[in-house]
Amino acid sequence: MALKIVKGSIDRMFDKNLQDLVRGIRNHKEDEAKYISTCIDEIKQELKQDNIAVKANAVCKLTYLQMLGYDVSWAAFNIVEVMSSSKFTYKRIGYLAASQCFHESTDVIMLTTNQIRKDLSSPNQYDTGVALTGLSCFVTPDLARDLANDIMTLMSHTKPYIRKKAVLIMYKVFLKYPESLRPAFPRLKEKLEDPDPGVQSAAVNVICELARRNPKNYLSLAPLFFKLMTSSTNNWVLIKIIKLFGALTPLEPRLGKKLIEPLTNLIHSTSAMSLLYECVNTVIAVLISLSSGMPNHSASIQLCVQKLRILIEDSDQNLKYLGLLAMSKILKTHPKSVQSHKDLILQCLDDKDESIRLRALDLLYGMVSKKNLMEIVKKLMLHVDKAEGTTYRDELLTKIIDICSQSNYQYITNFEWYISILVELTRLEGTRHGHLIASQMLDVAIRVKAIRAFAVAQMATLLDNAHLLTGNTQRNGICEVLYAAAWICGEFSEHLEEPMATLEAMLRPKVATLPGHIQAVYVQNAAKLFATVLRGQEGAPADSTVAQETSQLLIDRLPLFVQSSNLEVQERASCILQLVKYIQKLQQKDVEVAEEVTALFAGELNPVAPKAQKKVPVPEGLDLDVWINEPPSGSESEDEGRKSKGKAVFAKDESRHTKPRYTEVDEKELAKRREVRKAEQANNPFYIKASPSSQKVYQDGVGVEHIPVVQIDLSVPLKVPGMPMSDQYVKLEEERRERNKADKKKKKDKKKREKGEKGRRRRGDSGPESEEDITPAHMVDIVTEEMPENALPSDDDDKDPNDPHKALNIDLDKPLADSEKKLPVRSHRPDEVLKSPMEDRQVVEVVPEPKKKTGKEKKEKKDRKKSKEKKKKHKQEEEEDLMGAGSEEPVQPEETKEVAAPPPASTPEASDLDFWLSNAPVPSNPQAAAAPASTPRTASGMAAVAPDSEPEEAKDTEPEETKSSTHKKKKQKKEKKKKKHHHNHSDGAGDESVQNGTVEEEEPLPPMSNYALLAENSYIKMVCDIQGNLQDGSQVVVSVIFENKCDSFIKSMEFNVLDSLNSKLQRPDGAGPHDGLIVPFQLPPGISNEARFIFSVQNIVMPQKLKGTLTFIVKTDDSSTHEKLDFKLHFTCTSYLITTPCYSDAYSKLLESGDLKGCSLKLEGVNQPFHHLLARICFHHHFSVVERIDSCASMYSRSIQGHHMCLLVKTADQTVSIDAKCDEPGLLGNVLDEIKLTFSQC
Amino acid sequence: MIKAILIFNNHGKPRLSKFYEHYSEDTEQQIIRETFHLVSKRDENVCNFLEGGMLIGGSENKLICRHYATLYFVFCVDSSESELGILDLIQVFVETLDKCFENVCELDLIFHVDKVHNILAEMVMGGMVLETNMNEIITQVDAQNKMEKSEAGIAGAPARAVSAVKNMNLPEMPRNINIGDISIKVPNLLSFK
Repeated sequence: MALKIVKGSIDRMFDKNLQDLVRGIRNHKEDEAKYISTCIDEIKQELKQDNIAVKANAVCKLTYLQMLGYDVSWAAFNIVEVMSSSKFTYKRIGYLAASQCFHESTDVIMLTTNQIRKDLSSPNQYDTGVALTGLSCFVTPDLARDLANDIMTLMSHTKPYIRKKAVLIMYKVFLKYPESLRPAFPRLKEKLEDPDPGVQSAAVNVICELARRNPKNYLSLAPLFFKLMTSSTNNWVLIKIIKLFGALTPLEPRLGKKLIEPLTNLIHSTSAMSLLYECVNTVIAVLISLSSGMPNHSASIQLCVQKLRILIEDSDQNLKYLGLLAMSKILKTHPKSVQSHKDLILQCLDDKDESIRLRALDLLYGMVSKKNLMEIVKKLMLHVDKAEGTTYRDELLTKIIDICSQSNYQYITNFEWYISILVELTRLEGTRHGHLIASQMLDVAIRVKAIRAFAVAQMATLLDNAHLLTGNTQRNGICEVLYAAAWICGEFSEHLEEPMATLEAMLRPKVATLPGHIQAVYVQNAAKLFATVLRGQEGAPADSTVAQETSQLLIDRLPLFVQSSNLEVQERASCILQLVKYIQKLQQKDVEVAEEVTALFAGELNPVAPKAQKKVPVPEGLDLDVWINEPPSGSESEDEGRKSKGKAVFAKDESRHTKPRYTEVDEKELAKRREVRKAEQANNPFYIKASPSSQKVYQDGVGVEHIPVVQIDLSVPLKVPGMPMSDQYVKLEEERRERNKADKKKKKDKKKREKGEKGRRRRGDSGPESEEDITPAHMVDIVTEEMPENALPSDDDDKDPNDPHKALNIDLDKPLADSEKKLPVRSHRPDEVLKSPMEDRQVVEVVPEPKKKTGKEKKEKKDRKKSKEKKKKHKQEEEEDLMGAGSEEPVQPEETKEVAAPPPASTPEASDLDFWLSNAPVPSNPQAAAAPASTPRTASGMAAVAPDSEPEEAKDTEPEETKSSTHKKKKQKKEKKKKKHHHNHSDGAGDESVQNGTVEEEEPLPPMSNYALLAENSYIKMVCDIQGNLQDGSQVVVSVIFENKCDSFIKSMEFNVLDSLNSKLQRPDGAGPHDGLIVPFQLPPGISNEARFIFSVQNIVMPQKLKGTLTFIVKTDDSSTHEKLDFKLHFTCTSYLITTPCYSDAYSKLLESGDLKGCSLKLEGVNQPFHHLLARICFHHHFSVVERIDSCASMYSRSIQGHHMCLLVKTADQTVSIDAKCDEPGLLGNVLDEIKLTFSQC
Repeated sequence: MIKAILIFNNHGKPRLSKFYEHYSEDTEQQIIRETFHLVSKRDENVCNFLEGGMLIGGSENKLICRHYATLYFVFCVDSSESELGILDLIQVFVETLDKCFENVCELDLIFHVDKVHNILAEMVMGGMVLETNMNEIITQVDAQNKMEKSEAGIAGAPARAVSAVKNMNLPEMPRNINIGDISIKVPNLLSFK
């Protein structure tokens, strides 16, 4: 055996290895292909040997050849063999080869599943790593499905090296096997907080990739990312997160508000350009998302623009490029801020770097206004002349056209100028964009009626000089322009001054060298021209021979086209030739034909919107999928089948195009799009408001006649080809503007009337104010494109149906269903898998669990997990500390599950996110943050003020002032919560109470304080809030805020209550029934903190009062004194109620059941709005509104012991009547009394 | 996502190609040629970004390239990557190569493309950035190389000897065709930690 190995290795010595191959190729430069083919033959021989080392060497060489472009897929099986070698060296070679040349349709891939699984669970981390790396390149849906579970296991591997690879590859797995996303997501989320920065970064990477495509599903992660953003120092991670936020903010403007400040801080503090740039980018995204809501972010915009200017001015071309790129994003929403940097951007147009010039061009697009359009285009035209290389010049050309034609020619004041620009552009050599210019010419000529005469004149010149355009066959791109020219001259021939000359130009023999479709247009339009010429000639008293000569001209020239090889040309020419011959016959008989010939071309051709065809609604009762004629049966002969094929394809095609469009677009979407379109139209000064028929509008030609058309200055030489004329227009335009200004000054008294008129004409002009003065040279009527009647206004999203990310649009916030909790495990899993059973079990255990665990579950966890768990818990709390009140409590999901019927909209995360976001501004104002601590009356003051401001907040109808005050309160509240968490931190037994305390956080109403004064002396003040405990039916949680009012340190606080038969303070095990509870903190002067105490109650029907004492030590510098404070805890019946949402159907069922006893209450003289009243009941008495109709509302609440309580509240003339029902009459009576008390107090 | 990583020399000869989406061999070659065409005609001192255009998958993609001595390093990325970040990544890549090959030059890449692949695999996986810390990358690469060596053991020794002899026999092979090492000029970008 040993001998064999040695022999094998000696054989190997003389095999060609990769280096030899490379060397060989380099030595055979002249016959490389031949050399390589001999090498491939050698490799084939090597692959046939048994020795794995030889095979690996061969595969290694193949990998190199693959890079050179040789197909090596024939060796796929050998690659799999090498992959399955037990030696790492060969395995790595195999996986590398596989990653380079395997893909989804490689059939041997299915053989690799077990091998890969084995490698994944190998004890050697590099085997696993190599397998993961390879798999990431060639994972298929099958592999993803079969290996998803194994990879998920690896996400919790002990080695960070494996963990990060496993996390990253999950993205590929999700793409190929979207079903795995939901089960794997909790764990992925967990990895965001992995102790290893590499793993963390990988998780961020994956989630960012996922979120980029379907951002709304990841909104709920925003708080977590926010925390990462403020804590991470890894620039890679920061960049990814900041980019992610950029994608999220459009969906949630409140998030943007929260982000602005930390981002601005980063911008100021970071030294890494890459990070700075991404921050600026995201701030821009935020500002864009806010631009509708909040107008006052000019400071941030200024900051961004200013930073970008610095980038653009930098000598580093990269920064310049990126600066321009980001600037173009600002441009969309804040064009004015960018326009002030026009100089800089025009300067960039001269940059030697093409990428930068292109970016600058993009920016120019948004910077034009009526005022500077001509100037900018003039600059661009100069660049066109200077530009080397056709690509850049073509780009310039398209940009010029884009700039001019944008938003329906909004910025063009002088269309003559535009036409001459277009004509000038035709002189570009070798452009590909002839058709673009042509379509612009057509569009302008058709839609701007006033310009037709001028356009026709220019086009006639073009036709006359057609040889300039067609002289060089290389420049065929530009001859498209002739298509437009011919059509315009024909269609609007009535404007031609010398139609005869043009006709002649169109029938020159040279035309036959043009492309077929242009010739066809020539022929057709020659006929139109002919009609015009005839009419002119017959109208004149000249003798009829002239007309006959014209006909003769056509008869002479047309045969050239009849012989054309192009069918279209041939057909049209034949028709028209015959027609003209017939006309000539009539002419010879002295019959007046002009009228009839003109009638052939009567009527206007209106522009049709490109999508018009698609939007013709399918008439009712028409099913496009039904056969009109039954398809021929399959038995028919091949020949016939082929014949009918054309039809069948056509029919199918049609149905495919039309049908789904209407089924896919849902009503809401439609309505939204309609709105958008309307808004757009309203803003478009040229848009003609809807009238019964869009065609009519055109016919009417509203106002074209009335509009004072400025005399065309005929000093402009119209017919000099090759001379740029647009410059003159620029000059003329300037003069005209000057004149206009002067005129206006003179006619100051007239101005008012004029202005009124103008205003009417140009409604909704969105241009800047300074442009008001610029009146267009031609009042133009831009005809809108026609749409079919009843067209459905819809814009197709045209999303790629093959986008793999579509499948990943999965709601991740929904709790996992049982069936989903496990990924499918293949039953025929081979036994040889080396994974330890322990590890395996752990997976099954961990996978289904959401990240947050309840205390109960925790206890059940095994010891080895405990420490990990604790760490996590610890972390979460840290997070809360960092975020203020923002983040959710660990037990929240559990709680909501227990609630009978949570409203559908508020899944736990969603409401948490709302809550997080509602705390919008991070407390930056130290004064506000310190407020609760420094002002002694805050807490009680809050309790007093809260009810007043709270309803307003809920209904959102109050002016800003109230809002800001509530904001402040929120901050205070937040501050307090911070303390809560802090307290929990130090108090190990506080777990339960944390859970209870969060009840209020679930409420849709903003969190308001319910804290009431408990007791107070010169040292300390206690305020408390009493809440039922959701989890345990017989517990009440009392949260007490202790506030140190004196200048001394307060410590050793002990809280004690005299238990009654019904209610007992819960004391730790081992404590006597009369021992006090030690408050787990000390209070420095002026500080307040909160502690929670749990009471168990047996009977909740009656309110209770408990006497208690707080003892504490006041420590001054030199002495310390024992003090005490007595208090009375009042457990109202209300405090046993828990706000529980209820569906109206469940509610009515409850009422129908007849188990409930009724009782009623009347309140007189209540003069507050009904919604305030409801909000008050909800807030103070823990009810929720089930349904509200006008001045009548049904409300629901539940006691901690499960009693249902229903209220029907009606109001009329300051009288409120409350009909109540409950299955416990005693409780009901007491609650009603308390409600009465509440209202009597206010 | 990184769509592809290409390294080619001043004449457009591919030295490494890594596509994270599948293309046929012919398309790959075409992409390399086109990319070379685009990249090579740019002056020095212009920006390192190029709009991807028709290359790999449409206008969303960008080419980010750096030129070191005789080699072009081109990363094709989509919009989710930070441009400057990728530039830094290229820098990290080159510096890592420099450390692993001890003064890397084009020849190292020519003859040891498999090693370059292995190094790259520690940085970028399936189109996503795996590790940006150079020391970490080098540690992992070294550990794997060590494993390889220990596997070769005694059997590997003669092979190494032979290859040394082979190298001796070929006078044209040594560094006289060294086209200058990829001496790294570190631009003013602040690299990641």
